[in-house]
Amino acid sequence: MTSAAPSRGRRRPSVIARWLVLILVGGYLVLPLFAMLEFSTRGPGGARTLDAWTAIGSDKTLVGSIIVSLELAALTVIGMILLLVPTMSWAYLRVPRARRIIEFLCLLPLAIPAIVIVVGIAPIYRSLNSVFGGSALTLVFVDIILVLPYAYRAIDGGLRSVDVNTLADAARSLGAGWPRVIAQIIVPNIRGGILNASVLAIALVLGEFTISSLLNFRVLQVVINLLGKRNAFTSVAVSLAALIFAFLLIIVISRLAPGGGSRGRQAAEEE
Amino acid sequence: MDQSGAGPAPSEAGSNRLRRAGTVLALLPFFVYIGAFLLLPTFIVAVGAFQDAEGGVTLANLQVALTQKAFVDAFARSIQLSVVTALAGALLGGLLAWAVAAGNPDGLLRHVVVAASGVLAQFGGVMLAFAFLATFGFNGLVTVFIDDVLGLDVLSGGTWIYGLTGLAVVYTYFQIPLMVIVFLPAIEGLRKEWWDASASLGGSSWAYWRHVGGPILAPSFLGAVLLLFTNAFSAYATAAALVSQGAPIIPLQIRTALSSEVILGQANVGKALALGMVVVVAIVMAFYAVIQRRASKWLR
Repeated sequence: MTSAAPSRGRRRPSVIARWLVLILVGGYLVLPLFAMLEFSTRGPGGARTLDAWTAIGSDKTLVGSIIVSLELAALTVIGMILLLVPTMSWAYLRVPRARRIIEFLCLLPLAIPAIVIVVGIAPIYRSLNSVFGGSALTLVFVDIILVLPYAYRAIDGGLRSVDVNTLADAARSLGAGWPRVIAQIIVPNIRGGILNASVLAIALVLGEFTISSLLNFRVLQVVINLLGKRNAFTSVAVSLAALIFAFLLIIVISRLAPGGGSRGRQAAEEE
Repeated sequence: MDQSGAGPAPSEAGSNRLRRAGTVLALLPFFVYIGAFLLLPTFIVAVGAFQDAEGGVTLANLQVALTQKAFVDAFARSIQLSVVTALAGALLGGLLAWAVAAGNPDGLLRHVVVAASGVLAQFGGVMLAFAFLATFGFNGLVTVFIDDVLGLDVLSGGTWIYGLTGLAVVYTYFQIPLMVIVFLPAIEGLRKEWWDASASLGGSSWAYWRHVGGPILAPSFLGAVLLLFTNAFSAYATAAALVSQGAPIIPLQIRTALSSEVILGQANVGKALALGMVVVVAIVMAFYAVIQRRASKWLR
């Protein structure tokens, strides 16, 4: 890990090439983001103004959709944890044979485009709506499915990085029941993985558009899209704000979580 | 004998079987949930594609989806768009991953690029459409700059951004960060010792990439291209936000089929189109799985 930087002196051409790539490709990635900032702060006669940004707070529909999306993100995180953590821990501890099928099912949403899921789930939501009165929060059911692949990998990374079986044996020999083993022994030991999974889930729910828009739920992205036809400046401002929010969330968590994003690499090296 | 579990006493056999059943039953809620919200919708699509409006078995939906010009063209354009943006994204993203990997693995640059890639690759959707409208749209930064400052009209007032070219540019934009995420581990899997070995035998930088680095990374690169293909092929949000007139690609054709519903006799054509998408993605993913097995050989 420490000696990863190759000796610089004898590779001068590649140093130049490296910076050229960083500037050109990185520049292409940054340009539209900078354009959003420039566009959303345009005032009359070439002046700069924050009007589009302050308008975010005074648009009731927009604020409402932000709140719904945040609630939805919280529900999705809770549901994802309740669904995955006990199941995956239990499979690790007691039913190793089930691990492959669980992995397969969790990664399946990567192979089924959201636009396809929405076609098949529309009739299911027709009956759900009659039970829940068409609340946008019912999107939690399908959002959990969408976050499965990312959440699975993060939690699986957590479970791999500790010796869950030894921990569980120790706790069992001291008289702990299985629910207690999972809640008080496994969960604290894989909290880094759970944290990573939660952040990915939040970012994904805040960015979800395909299913919510085709099922006609007014969540953040749907409202941003509608707003774009009325007030381009504010919709660009709120888009940039959401991207920055997701970016900061991921940066903060990757710093907080022990091992963070490089865990996979470490685990691979240890094996 | 007891602990090996090979032959439990007959009287315990019943309770053991019960306990084993209980052990497996604890996984049931997960399977029920997946069944209801993932497998059932997929099943509805797969079955609905072969049903007429009254529920009878028919091949008419598939026939329409595979022969009607609008749908065939949309499939062709979707595949074309996905191939082009997967190749462009893999090339540019691969270079960026290489540039990042050559630096300090715990440095600020790597952290920022990885986090930003995560956001841009997976959560952009609608927001990226607006980013490009702010850049290349009618009043976008670059359009205004070229029109007013340089006095040229090469971007024809920004209308191209709403067409297939615009889609290709925006798609490439989110393919690059996905490539970084997927390809960075492969590049970081290259051992310094291999470089040293090549150099100590008198190999140039070119010789190293030609005979060592290149062949080792080739399967990972190819796998990443396939992943990027399915990513572009499945994408909907950006296109939906950008294109409001017509439906040049298959996901937008499905939108039309869903929102306009029931042209007489075509109630389930949307499901046939969706099934067509699944088949394309499944074929690509199967190739991906094969390549991935080869790629992982060097990444242990």
